[in-house]
Amino acid sequence: MAALTKEETEALIQEVLEVYPEQARKDRAKHLAVNDQSLEKSNKCITSNRKSQPGVMTIRGCAYAGSKGVVWGPIKDMIHISHGPVGCGQYSRAGRRNYYVGTTGVNTFGTMNFTSDFQEKDIVFGGDKKLAKIMHEIEELFPLNKGISIQSECPIGLIGDDIEAVAKKANKEINKPVVPVRCEGFRGVSQSLGHHIANDAIRDWVLENRDGDDTFPTTPYDVAVIGDYNIGGDAWASRTLLEEMGLRVVAQWSGDGTIAEMEKTPKVKLNLIHCYRSMNYIARHMEEKYKIPWIEYNFFGPTKIAESLRKIAALFDETIQAGAEKVIAKYQAEYDAVIAKYKPRLQGKRVMLYVGGLRPRHVIGAYEDLGMEVVGTGYEFGHNDDYDRTIKEMGNATLIYDDVTGYEFEEFVKKVQPDLIGSGIKEKYIFQKMGIPFRQMHSWDYSGPYHGYDGFAIFARDMDMTLNNPCWKQVKVPWKTDGSSKVAVAASA
Amino acid sequence: MALRQCAIYGKGGIGKSTTTQNLVSALAELGNKVMIVGCDPKADSTRLILHAKAQTTIMSLAAEAGSVEDLELEDVLKVGYGGIKCVESGGPEPGVGCAGRGVITAINFLEEEGAYDDELDFVFYDVLGDVVCGGFAMPIRENKAQEIYIVCSGEMMAMYAANNIAKGIVKYANSGSVRLAGLICNSRETAREDELISALAAKIGTTMIHFVPRDNVVQRAEIRRMTVIEYEPNAKQADEYRQLATKIRDNKNFIIPTPITMDELEELMMEFGIIDEVDEAIVGKTAAAEAVA
Repeated sequence: MAALTKEETEALIQEVLEVYPEQARKDRAKHLAVNDQSLEKSNKCITSNRKSQPGVMTIRGCAYAGSKGVVWGPIKDMIHISHGPVGCGQYSRAGRRNYYVGTTGVNTFGTMNFTSDFQEKDIVFGGDKKLAKIMHEIEELFPLNKGISIQSECPIGLIGDDIEAVAKKANKEINKPVVPVRCEGFRGVSQSLGHHIANDAIRDWVLENRDGDDTFPTTPYDVAVIGDYNIGGDAWASRTLLEEMGLRVVAQWSGDGTIAEMEKTPKVKLNLIHCYRSMNYIARHMEEKYKIPWIEYNFFGPTKIAESLRKIAALFDETIQAGAEKVIAKYQAEYDAVIAKYKPRLQGKRVMLYVGGLRPRHVIGAYEDLGMEVVGTGYEFGHNDDYDRTIKEMGNATLIYDDVTGYEFEEFVKKVQPDLIGSGIKEKYIFQKMGIPFRQMHSWDYSGPYHGYDGFAIFARDMDMTLNNPCWKQVKVPWKTDGSSKVAVAASA
Repeated sequence: MALRQCAIYGKGGIGKSTTTQNLVSALAELGNKVMIVGCDPKADSTRLILHAKAQTTIMSLAAEAGSVEDLELEDVLKVGYGGIKCVESGGPEPGVGCAGRGVITAINFLEEEGAYDDELDFVFYDVLGDVVCGGFAMPIRENKAQEIYIVCSGEMMAMYAANNIAKGIVKYANSGSVRLAGLICNSRETAREDELISALAAKIGTTMIHFVPRDNVVQRAEIRRMTVIEYEPNAKQADEYRQLATKIRDNKNFIIPTPITMDELEELMMEFGIIDEVDEAIVGKTAAAEAVA
């Protein structure tokens, strides 16, 4: 199908909005836009980070998900207590595929669920005493933990538990960092506020721990990788490139991360931010307090990787700059071969994306490297600074949708008819049943890594094996095949 | 007779618990089977019936046992003077946890365990002074108390509180069967108190069901952890409570209240000389500023 014109895309948005009641239509209209590269600021065309409308199928998460699931959870040598009833921690346990090295249950705890398992009596009488007891149980059962974080579930904010006081006392008793995080799920409009709250907790309870301590030997090439959650090993595939160009990666947040690395981060020369949405707050804080500059980078696909390596290198001396060129040259044969193999199979294919807060723009370059085009994209919980960064990455007249509803996404897909959709687990089966090739772009569909040159090869293979899979031709809905459905019903009746 | 469920509300310190226990004792004396459900973490709604400092509460027993499901009705329900059944919901000490949830949990427990048996004629809920959250509105939600009595006096704040509680009742009355059944004036011996409360009651659409005069015998009984009915059955005050009990027993005047505005309430108080007419010129002026002017 040919690309839609600006007018056609506008008409499509109007058509989709048509079914809503007036108030919902007015609200949703602000979240849907036709891309216009000439705009400098996205607030001219799109509204974001607003409360979802009741009754729509939003795909968002909550503040607890943002803090426990995204920012804190991957810190592998700490124990993160899901403080409140058991469900929040148990149903999100180990679902994010943020890989780590270590012996789970001994010195690392990433895939385990620790919870204070609130009962009625804890709600009525408060959970502080129980929480204090848990700290000591943890210390006894898992003595190799390097610290504890308290991830607040909703009730904590309602019953007024003083988790800060418990944290301070426990910190003195066990002599390890104990971090209280006020990330109650009802706060904010999506997981985004949870990221911010988690960043603030790092600022207030972790970053200062080694202020005035110069025992850690530094080099002029020290950097921290921030906002890479090591999904399927992403951070490892990124780290090798930085190290090969001559930089020393002192800290990696938070995928495969440790509390010690977080504490050392204020000693680095440059902060490298991959997921801007979830970690820009702490980068800005370190810039202000420790005068550490930060830049965003993108390690999806060879074009963006080379661009990013050069951008990073430009902030260092010639050795590093030469190092960057060496790395790009070293892997060229490899990624050229990937492109040579897959581009002919993927050329001209059209993709629609709907992911969280970074990938809706960051993976565009990787698709383009394979000759594909992203014709629609949107964020679950992006803010307008994310859309500012998206406008230039997307072609003119493409669709932009913020906090898209289940209905809108389906209707857009029916009209745009993309060759591939990249989104999350809740969207996956709907589109697969519609016979449309689908990749999960949160968890990489149990694959990965997709970052770095190593990741690009896997990304290209995955897109090809999904998109060109013969199974899609077999997916036919019975009620659309002539007459046969009636026969089938009659036979089964 | 079908079970009648009544809730007693009113400003903190107005004498809800004392009035309720005396009233309930009088009802028992008249041959009624009554249960009191204390809905206040302080757990002082049954002490005069049980001659106890404070009854062991549902929530504290639940905390000890592990959960409320581990409790039996006989663990929490005590029988006192006149066969009156007593339970206290209980809850946390001030400043922690959620007392409102405690009330909800306790009342659900009583329902599930069959505390509201066919034998009972009356259940009285004695609720903490300020309805601070949904939990304390539990007794007036669907299928719970249908009659609300507000204890008040001729003092300004008590009347404010009574009017505010009436507003709360409207909210639940429109969606359920809860009704305002009357004001009980627990006298503080302010000027023309009975007339004033009668006038207030008329304005919000109800009546002053009884005027309970002030009498030191109430305190003397209370020191002995007894109601007047039990301590000194022949006292004049005991008869007052008996009258209140009879009136409540025979009460049929259940209405959706028509709470009045702040201005109307102030007007009423001015009419009775409780407050002076507000001079707009002095609002927000300090004593020093007034002296200069």
